[in-house]
Amino acid sequence: MRNATFWLLAGAVGLAVVLLTRVFFTNEYFFFAAYVVLQYIVLSTAWNILGGYTGYTNFGTGAFFAMGAYSSAVLHKLPDLLQSTFDLTIPAIPLPVMIVVGGIVSGIVGLGTGYLTLRLRGVFFAIATLALAIVVQTLIVNWDYVGGSRGIYIIRPANAPLGGGYIQYLYTLMMVLSVVAVGIARTIERSRLGLGFAAIRDDELAAEAAGVPTLRLKLIATTLSGALMGMAGAPLPYYVTYLDPTSSFNLAYAVNSVAMPVIGGMTSWIGPVLGAILLGTIQQLATVTISSALNLLIVGLLLIGFVIIAPNGIIGLVRARQRKRAMAVEALSERPVERPAQ
Amino acid sequence: MSEHPILAVNGLGKRFGGFVALENIELTVAAGERLGLIGPNGSGKSTLVNCLCGTLHNETGSITFDGRPLAGLIAHQRTRLGLARSFQLPKPFHTLSLVDNLRVPLLYTVNSRAGHHLHGSEVDARCHELLRQVGLGDKARRLPRDLTQVEMRKLELARAVATRPRLLFADEAMAGLSPSEIEEILAVLFRLNEEGITIVLIEHIMRAVMSFSTRLAVLVAGHKIADGLPQDVVRNPEVEKAYLGE
Repeated sequence: MRNATFWLLAGAVGLAVVLLTRVFFTNEYFFFAAYVVLQYIVLSTAWNILGGYTGYTNFGTGAFFAMGAYSSAVLHKLPDLLQSTFDLTIPAIPLPVMIVVGGIVSGIVGLGTGYLTLRLRGVFFAIATLALAIVVQTLIVNWDYVGGSRGIYIIRPANAPLGGGYIQYLYTLMMVLSVVAVGIARTIERSRLGLGFAAIRDDELAAEAAGVPTLRLKLIATTLSGALMGMAGAPLPYYVTYLDPTSSFNLAYAVNSVAMPVIGGMTSWIGPVLGAILLGTIQQLATVTISSALNLLIVGLLLIGFVIIAPNGIIGLVRARQRKRAMAVEALSERPVERPAQ
Repeated sequence: MSEHPILAVNGLGKRFGGFVALENIELTVAAGERLGLIGPNGSGKSTLVNCLCGTLHNETGSITFDGRPLAGLIAHQRTRLGLARSFQLPKPFHTLSLVDNLRVPLLYTVNSRAGHHLHGSEVDARCHELLRQVGLGDKARRLPRDLTQVEMRKLELARAVATRPRLLFADEAMAGLSPSEIEEILAVLFRLNEEGITIVLIEHIMRAVMSFSTRLAVLVAGHKIADGLPQDVVRNPEVEKAYLGE
């Protein structure tokens, strides 16, 4: 499928799902739950650009995500601040602008983190990203303007654009972000950039020897991945209406955005999408029917199961079957079946 | 042989902590030459290749490739200048098919140079041509894990050759292969040399080195102790001492 066709198709699917759900579901809770699943599609797709394509495991998803959320909180308070200090009146900043700003902020942090940590490989890189999450959380906890450790209340605008309630609006925005994230991931996968990422993942020295500028490519990956995570986090203050460091830096974001691509399959854009839909939906169902405390247990058990049975995820299972079939066909065509003499 | 050397190494030195891996290495390679680089295990052959290709950083000395100093250039930039290598232990891109393995150097090295850029179908055609040249034409869609050891070496060479190098370091491309497989790899290397690629062969298998090289350089414990015609070098008493003891 050509790239433009894919973008059109992804956009059409996103639009159709939004329209159908908004027509057929009247219960607000559906949108609350679906928002989370969509948010995880963005997060796991973003994680996979660095983790799956280039092979660098990032445990700092929470930091990039919360940075997006907190940049929205700052922008939310900005009109008041300008009013009180400079007597300057500006209108409330619309959420799509906040999403872009959140993306830029987290993208820049991604670039900086990449520059500082990409000399590290494997588990050392993972530890460095975990440390990043703690450093950023400490900064936020000590920043009074955004509520410090107390947290901050965000009052949603009275009217939601695009008709319907505010949660439907958030849900629609997150659908747009999902389509954008998945579109970017697939575009990368089929491009020269994606090939370079794969070469880095498989062997960095060999990639350099083949002419791949590995540092530059890794910085592109951390920046893009960070930016998309920040964009996923930007609407969070309006979703929860009360933003605090403990919940916005929750380790669950990091764990889920690693687990979802692993379960779905890390080498393809569809893997994180499948993983996020599967795991996200199970978690939402479990939250309603059993208990929200069960979520991480479910993730853990599924993760163990997949690592044992299907280490390359759902996609890996499908690919292995395709490969086996292709090899069988090839073997048949190479060697005509010899009939034993009767 | 042309008058200007394609590679000139002057006073190159490399240390790992207190261990001197290479000291004051002087080496020139003429364009079109087939140089054999030999030496006992741990004598610094691979370290020298790593320094020349930019994988390691040499503390002292200078490297000039085709009249251009290489100081400060990192590995991929040197590859783009025309300096290619194969690795001692093959390092294929194991999740990519053989075609895609070769696509990487074509897109990132050949297409990053000035001049004609290969487009979609040309890249495909060139990948298949390279695979055919090393006898892997019918395995284009396979993954590296389906290959035998000798095929893996050929893929390694093909990937280095795909960068359109002017100078190729073949780092123990034949270790662990059977005599007939060694002949196969040698044939590939001879053909590449005829096409104008200067080749430095780092090798332990003396029969292969002697039949391939037009000149031989010997490294022992980080020093170059001999350099000259192969038949002279192997009779050199110092070389004999290094290999056989006193």
